[in-house]
Amino acid sequence: MSEATGTARVKRGMAEMLKGGVIMDVVNVEQAKIAEDAGACAVMALERVPADIRAQGGVARMSDPDMIQKIQAAVSIPVMAKVRIGHFVEAQIIESLEVDYIDESEVLTPADFTNHIDKWNFKIPFVCGATNLGEALRRINEGAAMIRSKGEAGTGDVSNAMTHMRTIGSEIRRLTSMREDELYVAAKEMQAPFALVQEVAQTGKLPVVLFTAGGIATPADAALMMQMGADGVFVGSGIFKSGNPAARAAACVKATTFFNDPKVLAEASRGLGEAMVGINVADIPVPHRLAERGW
Amino acid sequence: MKIGVLALQGDFREHIAASENSGHSAVAIRRASELEDIDALILPGGESTTIALLAKTFELFHPIREKISTGLPVYGSCAGMILLADRIVGGAEGQETFGGIDMTVRRNAFGRQVESFEGEIDFAGKKVNGVFIRAPWVEEVGSSVEVLATTAGHPVAVRQGKLFATSFHPELTGDLSVHQYFFEEICR
Repeated sequence: MSEATGTARVKRGMAEMLKGGVIMDVVNVEQAKIAEDAGACAVMALERVPADIRAQGGVARMSDPDMIQKIQAAVSIPVMAKVRIGHFVEAQIIESLEVDYIDESEVLTPADFTNHIDKWNFKIPFVCGATNLGEALRRINEGAAMIRSKGEAGTGDVSNAMTHMRTIGSEIRRLTSMREDELYVAAKEMQAPFALVQEVAQTGKLPVVLFTAGGIATPADAALMMQMGADGVFVGSGIFKSGNPAARAAACVKATTFFNDPKVLAEASRGLGEAMVGINVADIPVPHRLAERGW
Repeated sequence: MKIGVLALQGDFREHIAASENSGHSAVAIRRASELEDIDALILPGGESTTIALLAKTFELFHPIREKISTGLPVYGSCAGMILLADRIVGGAEGQETFGGIDMTVRRNAFGRQVESFEGEIDFAGKKVNGVFIRAPWVEEVGSSVEVLATTAGHPVAVRQGKLFATSFHPELTGDLSVHQYFFEEICR
């Protein structure tokens, strides 16, 4: 029997298993356990959540391997970790730790302002952010096995996540209504490979799983994104920057499964204590918006 | 037949598609009341801790156990296999399962995601592409359990009466033969 590791099916299939779930940012073992007990389908191990990266400034990099491995040892669910855009050596290091998924993330300071990582070179699967369909397809062309809409991380303001989900969705719907001979120009305009544009036009969906991230702070936010067509949600600062992380984490998990049931959503939204304070995206100057990173 | 697919978390859409492509109707199950008029149940791939927790929170845990014990045909893939195991090792602290199959299953037995793989396996006399993702294997089985496939010396497909489980994910391949085995050989 011949066995193949790191195939596109195995990488994309891993993301299929996360669907309908919540992936939570955690900075230590204690938080990772709270996330697992609350029903997270995976955790993102990082040293500072986006809200703190935003507040503290400076260069944000890959986390300490020590910290990542402690979290791996503490939970049975998949563990993800972030690397800087284009920093393929950080990715090599994370892969050697046998982390389950790499997020090539705009939340960290980019290492390359022209190129993203060639993700086909790795056995470990990658998730990448996107604000529109062209960006999503460029990442998939580079080997991303999962896409998340970017939103605006560390704000608790869901408006950009909404914009990005609407943009990706409407661009997909537009492709499905085009004549075959119009797809060449569509590919040119969205700066995406023709073969992927053609595939999306035929299937009406991305070839990989699409999650949402960036600004989700409440169960209602999570359900909103699911109703917009997300396959699942990342909740970053929203949980552990809130008054009662365990309750909020469990509530977001319930809301992501029962996103179409307002009674469950009302129940899940009750008595969660304070949500993260949040920043209005409109108050952040454009050069400081993380979603602008990525090319 | 009307196939129910537990739709709390995971790749339930793919199992619904595989059921429909096999000529059956399929419904997503999120409530105990929805278990009432189905002919068979599929437990999808996903995170077994998440699925079990949601099943408990939304009062599906005992109704599903009840259905298993009263002879409803049930198929579990990957996380679904874990949920059908009477005993697990390598799970989260205090992790519970629906149970039903007299076996011990090791969670994430093949290793982390970088060790996930696909390859041809012999399943009940047929060659199928086995897709193993952070997959469990069966560590030991009771005498009433039939082993239908093995990989690396470990059972990866088993059957006990009306209950059926695979470590791998036929729902990701487009090949319907494993689902058809469940519908034709186990449900009927």
